[in-house]
Amino acid sequence: MNEKTRNRLAGVLGPAAAEVSCEVCFDELDRFVELELAGADAEAAVPGMTAHLEGCPACAEDHAALRALLVASEG
Amino acid sequence: MLSTAASVAPVTAPQPTPLFPDPESERWVADLGAAGPAHDAAVARLHDLLLRAARFELRRRGAHVDLDDLAQQAAGDACVAILAKLQTYRGQSRFTTWAYKFALLEAAVKARRRAWVGREVPLDDDAGALLAHRGAGPDDDAETAELLRAVSDAIATVLTSHQRAVLVAITLQDVPIDVLAERLGTTRGALYKTLHDARRKLRAQLALQGLRLDSEGDAR
Repeated sequence: MNEKTRNRLAGVLGPAAAEVSCEVCFDELDRFVELELAGADAEAAVPGMTAHLEGCPACAEDHAALRALLVASEG
Repeated sequence: MLSTAASVAPVTAPQPTPLFPDPESERWVADLGAAGPAHDAAVARLHDLLLRAARFELRRRGAHVDLDDLAQQAAGDACVAILAKLQTYRGQSRFTTWAYKFALLEAAVKARRRAWVGREVPLDDDAGALLAHRGAGPDDDAETAELLRAVSDAIATVLTSHQRAVLVAITLQDVPIDVLAERLGTTRGALYKTLHDARRKLRAQLALQGLRLDSEGDAR
């Protein structure tokens, strides 16, 4: 299966694992990103967050944005 | 517009007193919760912080048109949301990190919607044709073709018309979920729930046929 097909099907079918909702994702995003940047196990602290970020492009963008901003602020 | 208030479920339960991660976070909450000049000064500092965050995100996204206007709107909306939700800050991150996410969300939503102004949101549910056009590539094998056909058939047969329209728009037409939410008069969270339910139905249908997309993305 080529990468384009795999990505498209993954987008259609979404993550297989259990995931949090967009609301929980937003509530926990700040804690999750700080844990990630501290090298802690953020997924253990917020189970289902990683799967949601794989399945929801908008929340994934919010996650990437907060990571980037904190890295830039602290760099 | 999908405001943070609209996209995030309001927290109505009493919030425990936060244990602050650092003195600066405690100072932010105290000043914003105060009355008079200390409050006004803290709100002004907060707005500056949010404006910097919104500009950062809009530049990061490559937004050029209306950047300052969008950043000001995002900072203003984020500031209102934060003041309304100040009691929900639990001190599980620095206050500035908690505040940033409101500005980044508002900036991203406004940028996505700005990019779709004047564009029709396709609610075409012909998933088979879209998957054939946007999914299969020239080096896909017979198993992949079978999986694509099965997914197309499942989209056509096991989803409700609303689930089909949402799934196709977001995952095959690449319509941002916030844009679709605005056009349909709903929220990101509600649409994602619809998408989530549709995906579960598709996976269950594929499982009945012994098909799946495993972690490596290969059929079977």
